Amino acid sequence: MSKQTAEPRSAAGAEEKSSTGVLDAPEVDPQTLKQDRDAAKQRQKGRLGGLDPETIVDLYRQMLLIRRFEEKSAEVYSAGKIGGFCHLYIGQEAVAVGALSAIRKDDYVLTSYREHGQAIAKGMSPESVMAELYGKATGCSKGKGGSMHMFDKEVNFLGGHAIVGGQIPLATGVAFAAKYQETDRVALCFFGEAAVNQGAFHESLNMAQLWKLPCIYICENNQYGMGTSLERAMSLQDIAQKAYAYEMASEFVDGMDVLAVREATVRAVERARKESLPTLLEVRTYRFMGHSMSDPGNYRTRAEIEKYQERDPIKLFSSTLKEENIIDEPRLEQIDKEVREQVEEAVRFAEESPLPAPEELYTDIYSDPIDPTH
Amino acid sequence: MPTITIREALNQAIREELARDERVFLMGEEVAAYDGAYKVTKGLLNEFGPKRVIDTPITELGFAGLGVGAAMVGLRPIVEFMTFNFSVLATDQIINSAAKMLYMSGGQFKIPIVFRGPGGSAFQVSSQHSQALESWYAYFPGLKVVMPSTPADAKGLLKSSIRDDDPVIFIEQERMYGNKGEVPDDPDFTIPLGVADVKREGTDVTIVARSLMVPIALKAADKLQEQGVSCEVIDPRTIRPLDIETIIQSVKKTNRVVLAEESHPLCGVNAEISAEIMERAFDYLDAPVKRISGADVPMPYAKNLENLAIPDVERVVAAVREVAYLD
Repeated sequence: MSKQTAEPRSAAGAEEKSSTGVLDAPEVDPQTLKQDRDAAKQRQKGRLGGLDPETIVDLYRQMLLIRRFEEKSAEVYSAGKIGGFCHLYIGQEAVAVGALSAIRKDDYVLTSYREHGQAIAKGMSPESVMAELYGKATGCSKGKGGSMHMFDKEVNFLGGHAIVGGQIPLATGVAFAAKYQETDRVALCFFGEAAVNQGAFHESLNMAQLWKLPCIYICENNQYGMGTSLERAMSLQDIAQKAYAYEMASEFVDGMDVLAVREATVRAVERARKESLPTLLEVRTYRFMGHSMSDPGNYRTRAEIEKYQERDPIKLFSSTLKEENIIDEPRLEQIDKEVREQVEEAVRFAEESPLPAPEELYTDIYSDPIDPTH
Repeated sequence: MPTITIREALNQAIREELARDERVFLMGEEVAAYDGAYKVTKGLLNEFGPKRVIDTPITELGFAGLGVGAAMVGLRPIVEFMTFNFSVLATDQIINSAAKMLYMSGGQFKIPIVFRGPGGSAFQVSSQHSQALESWYAYFPGLKVVMPSTPADAKGLLKSSIRDDDPVIFIEQERMYGNKGEVPDDPDFTIPLGVADVKREGTDVTIVARSLMVPIALKAADKLQEQGVSCEVIDPRTIRPLDIETIIQSVKKTNRVVLAEESHPLCGVNAEISAEIMERAFDYLDAPVKRISGADVPMPYAKNLENLAIPDVERVVAAVREVAYLD
């Protein structure tokens, strides 16, 4: 069996960590909050170097598209157009957009049931995602998966998986295959912090480091597993540190800064491609909405949510870009108009698409068609 | 045709398929350096090297899921469970990932994977290491479930399972690895999944048996022949898809049926077969369907109790005589 050579690395991102620590404090005065926001903005400005304006604006556009898409999802869900569970990504947009901007189209992405954002950021059309939410035949999973099971082989989006942590061994296997097939592809695996308590997480990280698999584990720490806060569920809450147990490289990342997420992912991807080594990223973020559409969110205070909204990743980025003269207000308004139109088009497409034909009930169970009476 | 054991037949099947297709690899606990806990994978590490034959940590959920992920992007894993008892830890990945991926993805992601290993009753290893789990797995659309009872079936069905594009649960009977029989040595010898085999033709009573119950049913049929009762023994070989037609045709001919299995009766495979017979051949029955199952208890350790828990030749003989109204 291959010998381990990777040195355990200390979790990077100390500055971000102390900053989000400010946010985590139960009571923060407006002055401290403002200082924290300004510090975050300064750090973000420092990360703009080397990026061309087109890329930067595209990151902004993608985040806004996801935000508007999710706002619309909430609206049509409330109108009864979408059934089942619907977990929104509002507040976490910087994670998907930052991370997926660091990989190639032929790299793989696997994620949880909160995946509309990653699906769009990986290059799936808002039309096919919205049509899937509507349960239409034109949806990315032909209406069989719904909100929690989006797939698109064309862009290597390998699903939305809805058993907490279930995608972690799968992504490890995808990375295993990438190495077995002697490609330099990598697998990105997103999961919430609650998944870290599952055995699947620990079993996967152990194998990934043991066998040197090019898998990047991105823990989106939004601090609540449904209604249970991290404090109530995890003995060691420093998730990045958990990588030490497997001699795996890890970083703490400010998930409200799209460029911080991008940079950390770039480093992890390079480690995966060049050294075939995995990385654990703990990306601190916050969901502004409930766990799902049916969650009234009584376990969080309004003040806490507002505190994090001060660090809204989209507001932070637009403010940075304006101050750096990369974008102006009319352009921002123009982008907002364009993404709203894109979302309206997605809704129109979903509304007008046909339902799956009844005979679809019995297709895609096996590779060879089977007798539906059995 | 060479006469070999089920163990050797399985080894041949894996060896031939590893040689045939680069995408096939084998992983599991002790499959490589140790040559397999039951020696099914003996010599494969030497022949194919550590890239293709991989020892895993004891981490069933993890490596089962890893296998499913690898299958999503073009590999064809053979995942060995040292015994199927340990597959219980991996059921989330088998059921929620492997079985449902093709459907949930609207037909985009096939999962060509084989989960194999010994199952059913073993010799005096008590409750956690001696149980039949096929009815669990057969319950789920998306999975195929295979249980061979002879060396030839073991080889032909395992080769088909490895070549199949869907997830296959392949349960080898732990007590039967040493059973011998003739096996074709043609590397293209395969047996299609979903086709039952008539192990013995007869006219008076049909006995449906799988896995460990097949040799027991055949011995019972020999005894009954001496008593003037002609038994037809059918081995479905594949539980899902189930070749119910072959069973129904036999029942229509004999009008009497005994279903033998070593698993628990409640929600078992034979409960399903019994219902199918009632629905499709009720008017042909001259006696109620008779089931023989393993005792509805966790498997005990003591030899005498263990013997009582597993159906034997005498119980099959008695059941056949009962449906033939001979006693």
